[in-house]
Amino acid sequence: MVRVLKLELRGITKRFGSLLANDHIDVVVEPGQIHCLLGENGAGKSTLMNVLYGLYEPSEGEILIDDKPVSFRGPGDAMAAGIGMVHQHFMLVPVFTVAENVALGAETTKAGGFLNLEDTRQKIRQISDRYGFDVDPDALVEDLPVGVQQRVEIIKALVRDARVLILDEPTAVLTPQETDELLDIMRQLKSSGTSIVFISHKLREVKAVSDTITVIRRGKVVGSADPGDSTTALASMMVGRAVSLTLDKAPANPKEKTFQVKDLTVIAPNGQHTVDGISFEIARGEILAVAGVQGNGQTELTEAILGLQERVQGSIQLDNVELVGRSVKDVLNAGVGFVPEDRSVDGLIGTFSIAENLVLDRYDQPPFAKGISMSPAKVQENAKSRIDEFDVRTTSGLLAAGTLSGGNQQKVVMARELSRPLRLFIASQPTRGVDVGSIEFLHKRIVAERDQGTPVMIISTELDEVMELADRIAVLYKGKLVGIVPAGTGRDVLGLMMAGISPDDAASADRTGSAAADSRGTSSAEGGDHA
Amino acid sequence: MSATATSPLPGGGMPGTVPEAEAAQATSGKPVLWKTPVLLSVLGIVAFIFFGLMGSAQTARFGISTSEDFFQLPALEIPAMAGGIALSILMLGLAAYAVYLKTKSRPVAAWLTITFTVLFVAAFLLWVVGGARTPSISLAGLIAGSVTLAVPLVFGSLSGVLCERVGVVNIAIEGQLLGGAFTAAIVASITQNPFVGLLAAAVAGAAVSMVLAVFSIRYLVNQIIVGVVLNVLVSGVTGFLFSTVMQADKATFNSPPGLDIVEIPILSGIPILGPILFKQSVVGYLMYVAVIVVWVGLFKTKWGLRVRAVGEHPQAADTMGIKVNATRFWNVTLGGAIAGIGGSFFTLVAIDSFTKEISGGRGFIALAALIFGRWNPIGAFFAALLFGFADNLQSIVTIIGTPVPSQFMAMLPYLVTVLAVAGLVGRSRPPAASGIPYVKG
Amino acid sequence: MPEERHPKHADQHAKPHRTTPAADETAAEVAVDTAGGAMSPSAVPASAQSGQLPGGPDTLVRKIFTGSGVVSVLAVLLALVLGGLLIAATDQRVSATAGYLFARPTDFLSAVWDAATRSYVALFQGSVFNPRGASLAVRFAPLMDTLTIATPLITAGLGVALAFRAGLFNIGAQGQIIIAGILAAWVGFALHLPLVLHLLLVLVAGIVGGALWGGLVGLLKARTGAHEVILTIMFNYIALYFLRYLLNTPAFQRPGESNPISPILDPTAIYPQIFGSQYRLHLGFVLAIAATILVWWLLNRSTVGFEFRAVGANPKAALTAGINVSRSTILVMAIAGALAGMSGVAQVAGTEKVLTDGVAATYGFDAITVALLGRSTPWGTFAAGLLFGAFRAGAVQMQIQTGTPIDIVLVVQSLIVLFIAAPPLVRAVFGLNPRRKKPAKAGKTPQAATTGGAA
Repeated sequence: MVRVLKLELRGITKRFGSLLANDHIDVVVEPGQIHCLLGENGAGKSTLMNVLYGLYEPSEGEILIDDKPVSFRGPGDAMAAGIGMVHQHFMLVPVFTVAENVALGAETTKAGGFLNLEDTRQKIRQISDRYGFDVDPDALVEDLPVGVQQRVEIIKALVRDARVLILDEPTAVLTPQETDELLDIMRQLKSSGTSIVFISHKLREVKAVSDTITVIRRGKVVGSADPGDSTTALASMMVGRAVSLTLDKAPANPKEKTFQVKDLTVIAPNGQHTVDGISFEIARGEILAVAGVQGNGQTELTEAILGLQERVQGSIQLDNVELVGRSVKDVLNAGVGFVPEDRSVDGLIGTFSIAENLVLDRYDQPPFAKGISMSPAKVQENAKSRIDEFDVRTTSGLLAAGTLSGGNQQKVVMARELSRPLRLFIASQPTRGVDVGSIEFLHKRIVAERDQGTPVMIISTELDEVMELADRIAVLYKGKLVGIVPAGTGRDVLGLMMAGISPDDAASADRTGSAAADSRGTSSAEGGDHA
Repeated sequence: MSATATSPLPGGGMPGTVPEAEAAQATSGKPVLWKTPVLLSVLGIVAFIFFGLMGSAQTARFGISTSEDFFQLPALEIPAMAGGIALSILMLGLAAYAVYLKTKSRPVAAWLTITFTVLFVAAFLLWVVGGARTPSISLAGLIAGSVTLAVPLVFGSLSGVLCERVGVVNIAIEGQLLGGAFTAAIVASITQNPFVGLLAAAVAGAAVSMVLAVFSIRYLVNQIIVGVVLNVLVSGVTGFLFSTVMQADKATFNSPPGLDIVEIPILSGIPILGPILFKQSVVGYLMYVAVIVVWVGLFKTKWGLRVRAVGEHPQAADTMGIKVNATRFWNVTLGGAIAGIGGSFFTLVAIDSFTKEISGGRGFIALAALIFGRWNPIGAFFAALLFGFADNLQSIVTIIGTPVPSQFMAMLPYLVTVLAVAGLVGRSRPPAASGIPYVKG
Repeated sequence: MPEERHPKHADQHAKPHRTTPAADETAAEVAVDTAGGAMSPSAVPASAQSGQLPGGPDTLVRKIFTGSGVVSVLAVLLALVLGGLLIAATDQRVSATAGYLFARPTDFLSAVWDAATRSYVALFQGSVFNPRGASLAVRFAPLMDTLTIATPLITAGLGVALAFRAGLFNIGAQGQIIIAGILAAWVGFALHLPLVLHLLLVLVAGIVGGALWGGLVGLLKARTGAHEVILTIMFNYIALYFLRYLLNTPAFQRPGESNPISPILDPTAIYPQIFGSQYRLHLGFVLAIAATILVWWLLNRSTVGFEFRAVGANPKAALTAGINVSRSTILVMAIAGALAGMSGVAQVAGTEKVLTDGVAATYGFDAITVALLGRSTPWGTFAAGLLFGAFRAGAVQMQIQTGTPIDIVLVVQSLIVLFIAAPPLVRAVFGLNPRRKKPAKAGKTPQAATTGGAA
């Protein structure tokens, strides 16, 4: 009989300096259950799990296993106690094989410390067969698709005989199909006696698979919920107030189509077509939202427009001017405003002051510069008015941008991009990792830009955000444009499209498919920060 | 690229080529994919013109056997120009094949560049010897001398391999060699025992490494800065103590008994291979042992798996219960000990006393060897041999009187390294986390 | 592993959780600096990268006691103390008195004090002011020597510092000085031109030489992705052997001389001496001041400098903001080379007046420590150049007077830089309790930790 264990977190508090990430959290994970920790981005779920996994020391509180207090000095102790964790960002060495990754830290050796990988391979095949994982122990991890990499992570935990498996936002990188498969695997693991702690902010998945739900908000447990509770009830519990699922926005008033993309193909260094023959147009005064699971060519598409991609075929025209082959500077000067998907890497210079960041793409233009001579006073002036206008919470424009919170950093980037006359506005993941208050503000600014008559393109992997902002929705799958559908298209149809099914097939499948309705309902890529 | 600390990013930006190459490609794009075939073609043409068409009409003579060998082989006699043309045509063939592979979007295989390098070196040698006043050279002597000169380079580059594989860039190899040389001399002199000196050299190298480890791991100081500064510090300390202590009483403090050459009977008489494998000092034999042990250790053992994991993706290693910073600390220390042993070669084997700056920049050549050898102990070993060969050739050409100035020979290792980091190494990549301090959380 | 040697690591696993504030602070700074470890850390402290004057909520008093200024002074002090101990350890009288240490410990201590202070007094007299000089002019001669030696250190240091600010490790000042020296010297002795024009051409030749040698590294880095640390190290040796080769060719070798030494430069090609022929101090020093001002302006008030700093702090963001990173890389290396080239000119047209294979001495390597001590700011580098110039000038006098070898300067110099790079260590040594950084300052670390969802 498998060993089942009961896990209890009692009064866990974790501080980082004066920042309280977890505040006296109590959670009990009963044996053989799927226990969901539901909470917004930044609510403190991952911190809690890192405490449980021995990566952080709790500032206060204790962990009990089968009612006995334990203390973990590191992940090694947690694993020995039967706790396994699949991190949101996979903890796999890309240049190692699957077997090497699985063996790492729990190696079986022959005499003299020599590795015995054969033993590991055997275990991998066993688990792979039992759960139908289909993982080759000798494949290099960097060559594997993300879905398979995730299975390697699960194998890692199972090889170490994990009785409690922590899954941290496991569906963020998966297609709806892969999500389905993962949920099945979770159920299978549960039936073989493994408890699962499922961390998520995606309500439909949570409802589909959980036995118990604990809601966490701002580092505190705000209560338990039942998977049968309504989506709105769960959402308001998670966010802490009644949430309006729709944004107040006037219907679009599209004018002439000034932005045209035609047969656009982007070729990666490895020869792969990351964007594959895409054509679309955006009209002035309209928002086109690009939906799709992460990694289906969205990044490359925006980079191609901006001039950051090298091998680009086809045509990108703004106001009848060709942008392909132009430098980034030329593209920006043509009136393109761009909010990159990863602001701390691409959008901001953390060690530069807020004021400098606010002129990052205009430092060499009047009034900030004459010739090559810059005017710090003008840069400061600009900072003052932008900070006021966008309500950036800071004491001074001279502070380093890296000291701001995620939401305020995003406001700085938006303020910079929206403060000059634009001919096209592109925002990639405009609200990723941003608190709810800022999200509303940012969304309103985006709509305001549309209403000024700018063509707007939004790229988001959060289907809720797409549905909220879009006037039309384009769906990308493996670099190809699956289709463009009007706003108001159903979530299920969009979910099928995100798996590569054409809009017509998706719509008919949605109408006729009754048997599969259940699982599809749970699987469509979903759940915004503010669902 | 993602911004999160957890993603296994390339682009540690450490002495390597690829992460920058990719970044450069994002900006400029053009040359990266083509650089290896283009470089090979250019080198092939250069070889054809200079080593072939402009080769000497003389016949170059390469002695194979020495009088001590237990059987004699006849000397190789090759007409310089014809040989040069033949070799460069082979090179051009390889270059053409590389171009062909590129058009098919296939990578240039390692064997191709290695073969090309060997052919190029052979053609170069033929050209140099063929053009000399006395176009005759003892190949056995040349190779044996190269191995001897390569000994400290090999130890130094192994130190670099161990450090970089675990994620710490080691620019301080020069300091480790110098520290080892000094300590070996002074301790062996005082104890009158070269083996104690050898041990002390390892300790000294480890001590230098520990400073590197403490500053880069505990205080998160940029590893390149620590390395650069450590070299100056060791140079200063050893120079100071040389001037004050050693010169005041040379007999007591700077007359180390040497480590003798240990000749293995019969085997040492094998032509060419005998002297390099079976007629070495203890340090020389240790070199072979070290190369094999480090290679096996890194790629076949539990320890090596953990070390490489820490150097590639420290977070992953941490979540698997591996103590990242401890692993780094002890590996860097071990690397220092190995380089220290290499340093003892200067004062216990090559020369019988210590002088200022006795390592003479070889730590930097070792660094080059490690990159040229693609962060692999065996690769580093052969790269070090190549550089030892260039070093040795430099002194030989002055004797046999070639038209090539010796300064250009001395320049060769550095030029080769520039070519290597600019393209010939191909798509090798340094350990992903090399140079990036590990901060939890 | 022994915990006492590695407190940082011990922290992570010890229970209850103890975190040394210093380590946290450093970690936080690095985290801000490296996008959470995704990029290799910059050579420049995070606080120094922004062009604006660091303002903000810190009080002035707090800044003075925890800021970099005090740490720099303490680092110098600590290095001097350690250097003094090394001097004392090898002193005859110290070892003699150590023999009866327990009988009369005061003898031993005074011997230690004497040995160290004697050397440092000699160092001071050799670098700033010699009270035994016959006339006031002679008494100040050491200071003039200091400024002369500081000249190439400052300009080469500026080159290294500028490259640091753009995120590049320019280990290649040595080679850049050599190439500049070759060109400047050749123009100086091979061409015979009128006054002013000749010197101007010498200067231009040197600057162009350095710029080419540095720019070539930038070009190779931008085009092939080769790492500049490796490139510059290799280029130093290539330049050196090239110089040695040239000095054996008729074009460069002094006629009738078998040693590798060039002819003396024409008088028209030599920097005028600022305070007359009694001092070695030449026009190069004035140019070094001008270069410092120029670099300050370039970094803090020009668009080019903004680009450099942006590329240095976050190349991906710079690229996204439309900055041409390749061009910046090439340009900054060329300007760095040009600055180092000024050092080469100062050597051949100012101090040495001939070209030998020791033209660069160790100025190129010292320049790295100068830039690091100066925290890669122009005036910091200037001050550091003066300090190390003083060490160099004084060390000669020290060796003559007390027999303390010049190498002690290398020891002190490198210790200073090591300590400056690790402020927590210095503060710990002097028992300065650093205040905990506010979490907001720590930026990325806590934020990343609490971002449960898609960060």
